[in-house]
Amino acid sequence: MSGLVVDAARCVGCRRCEKACATAGIVVEGRLARVTEGCVLCGACVEACPVGALHIEKGAAADAADLAAWQGVWVFCEQDAGAVLPVVFELVAKARELAAARGCAVTAVLGTGADDVALGAGGPADAACARLLAGGADAVLLCRDERLAQRDAEPYAAWLAELARERKPEIILCGATPFGRELAPGVAVRLQTGLTADCTVLEIDPATGLLQQTRPAFGGNLMATIACPAHRPQMATVRPGVFAGLVGAGGAGDADGLAAPVVEDLLARVSEVALDPRATSHVRVLERRLLAEGASIAEAPVLVVAGRGIGSKKNLALVRRLAELLGGEVGCTRPLVEMGWLAYRHQVGQTGVSVAPKLLVALGVSGAIQHLAGIGGAQTVIAVNEDPEAPIMAAATYAVQADCVAFAQELTTRLEG
Amino acid sequence: MHVVVCVKAVPSTTEVRMDTVTHTIVRDGRQAVINPFDTAALELALRIKDAAGEKGAPAEPVSVSVLSMGIPDTERLLRDALSRGADAAVLLSDRAFAGADTLATSYALACGLAQMPPADLVLCGKMAVDGDTAQIGPEIAGALGVPCVTDVRELAEVGAGRVRVWRGCEGGTELAEAPLPAVLTVAKEAADLRMPSIAGVRFGERARVRVLDAPAAGADPARCGLAGSPTQVVRSFVPQRTSVAVRVEGTVAEQAAQVADLIEGMTL
Ligand SMILES: Cc1cc2nc3c(=O)[nH]c(=O)nc-3n(C[C@H](O)[C@H](O)[C@H](O)COP(=O)(O)OP(=O)(O)OC[C@H]3O[C@@H](n4cnc5c(N)ncnc54)[C@H](O)[C@@H]3O)c2cc1C
Repeated sequence: MSGLVVDAARCVGCRRCEKACATAGIVVEGRLARVTEGCVLCGACVEACPVGALHIEKGAAADAADLAAWQGVWVFCEQDAGAVLPVVFELVAKARELAAARGCAVTAVLGTGADDVALGAGGPADAACARLLAGGADAVLLCRDERLAQRDAEPYAAWLAELARERKPEIILCGATPFGRELAPGVAVRLQTGLTADCTVLEIDPATGLLQQTRPAFGGNLMATIACPAHRPQMATVRPGVFAGLVGAGGAGDADGLAAPVVEDLLARVSEVALDPRATSHVRVLERRLLAEGASIAEAPVLVVAGRGIGSKKNLALVRRLAELLGGEVGCTRPLVEMGWLAYRHQVGQTGVSVAPKLLVALGVSGAIQHLAGIGGAQTVIAVNEDPEAPIMAAATYAVQADCVAFAQELTTRLEG
Repeated sequence: MHVVVCVKAVPSTTEVRMDTVTHTIVRDGRQAVINPFDTAALELALRIKDAAGEKGAPAEPVSVSVLSMGIPDTERLLRDALSRGADAAVLLSDRAFAGADTLATSYALACGLAQMPPADLVLCGKMAVDGDTAQIGPEIAGALGVPCVTDVRELAEVGAGRVRVWRGCEGGTELAEAPLPAVLTVAKEAADLRMPSIAGVRFGERARVRVLDAPAAGADPARCGLAGSPTQVVRSFVPQRTSVAVRVEGTVAEQAAQVADLIEGMTL
């Protein structure tokens, strides 16, 4: 029997569960919670319970022999115009850790258009494979096919699912880029397996050997650890920059300086695989409009984020100047978009963009839960706010209690000098 | 042409507060709203319908249906969608659907779609504000075996067996074309949902919302809800703020000097 279980020894009858429930699925009677017919197993009460008296239990033990047939960690290697994306190397480094714990190999899975020259002829595919192998992959599965030339997720999903069925990896990791977020669900549904989006922690549970996938839930105020016990592969996506610290500076993945014989050796670990003739690409890209002004804030290494505390629109010039000096981009909170000060694509947060810069400077931002939801990936946060109690000050790495405009002016002057 | 919009009831996130003592989320579960991304999807669907009704438009009429999986109370939100211009509504509601992860949810929605007139376009919100996985649209497309275009910002053209949309891409937007049927996931900025008209409100009150339980939806119980969900929440916890923020003290000039030094020390 599976469902919501109340631990009577822990329950203190505080009624927080009752309040959290949207469906009258739990009631407190005589200082003890009782689950009713109305429960839809949404988990809201589990989150609300201050004493950990509630949990959702699931039956169904998996067939251990079946699961043991799935081995190895795969990393899907997304590339753009021939260059493998940085997030792939971050994932390969993480895959090495997981593979060490599982005693298995790391395989990089790379798809590319058919016009790429044959393997070993020194084309872009060679360079990509060599970099992946130098970056920590034990082997590369390479598919060169015209249908993979358009970045349409459908043939990629068909390809990866087929390959996974055949070769049975235990884990598949994929970057949570726009393309990866379209691809991974397509693979998961074809394999009828679980997928956890936007993980910030991935580790192997020493007791069960399962991949523990931790992701922020509910605006980042709650972390949920998710497992996929009875289905394979275990699939997770990870945002760019989250595991950036794992990749050694300049070392991992740097194959450019390698001697030709070394590259040749590396390329011996590449296997070419074919794409099923039935896989087709349906989505065609007809035209691209790149934004002239600034790059996407999602990928920016440095972000200066302006909140309502900057006071007036004219102070944006200062914010822009500071971002420029730091080699970064400008982000903002929602009210600034609503007031028309900045375009929506600058909005950071739950209903804007999730960002993962190395450095984020927040100027006059209060740090509302919906805003914090978008900055979980930032490595260092410097918050400047007049109010020492503003939530951003607790969430930051460095808290500067100051007038943000005066502070930005001072900092700009210093950086200019 | 038949356009189906998948909508989800989510807690109105304005209500989310942290309990400062227990560090748990205080949710007033009683107030549910349509996921804001789904309202943008609904508006896009209604605009397709409006355009087909205009003089000189190709004669193919467009009908818009809304589909949701949720508790019986979700009917209220579907009626709201009807009042704003949707023509029909289907609610998948059954205890068997409870506890579904994205795979089990997309399965149930695919079952629901199979009970409706064939859809030429399925629109979903790009993501839900509570779950934030952005997986449902691509999983439905995978389940149906049809193409998917995510993060749609603007509808350029639909008809003649295909759809053209502007979608987000690295560093900008791109015009993508897919044959119908197709699944689109819609960004919030794509459109703001219109207000209901008076006639619409009346229609919303009177119209029938088809409520399907799992058997009526033809859903295999083993693939629904908790039983059909490969993923499982092992635990949830309030994140430990590993570093309590370091306070940078002094006059503004001193603070700026310290921060400038900090930044200099980083490899950016
Ligand atoms: C469904 C939903 C989704 C949302 N999604 C998002 C989202 O994606 N992104 C987002 O940002 N918000 C989002 N919001 C809005 C969010 O709840 C907050 O309202 C918003 O983030 C607050 O923006 P702010 O910090 O700029 O403004 P405020 O909350 O007004 O904070 C201003 C801060 O500036 C400080 N300040 C004022 N003057 C100065 C000064 N001279 N020097 C230094 N500090 C000063 C104040 O102390 C205060 O802390 C969402 C809300 C809802 C309901």
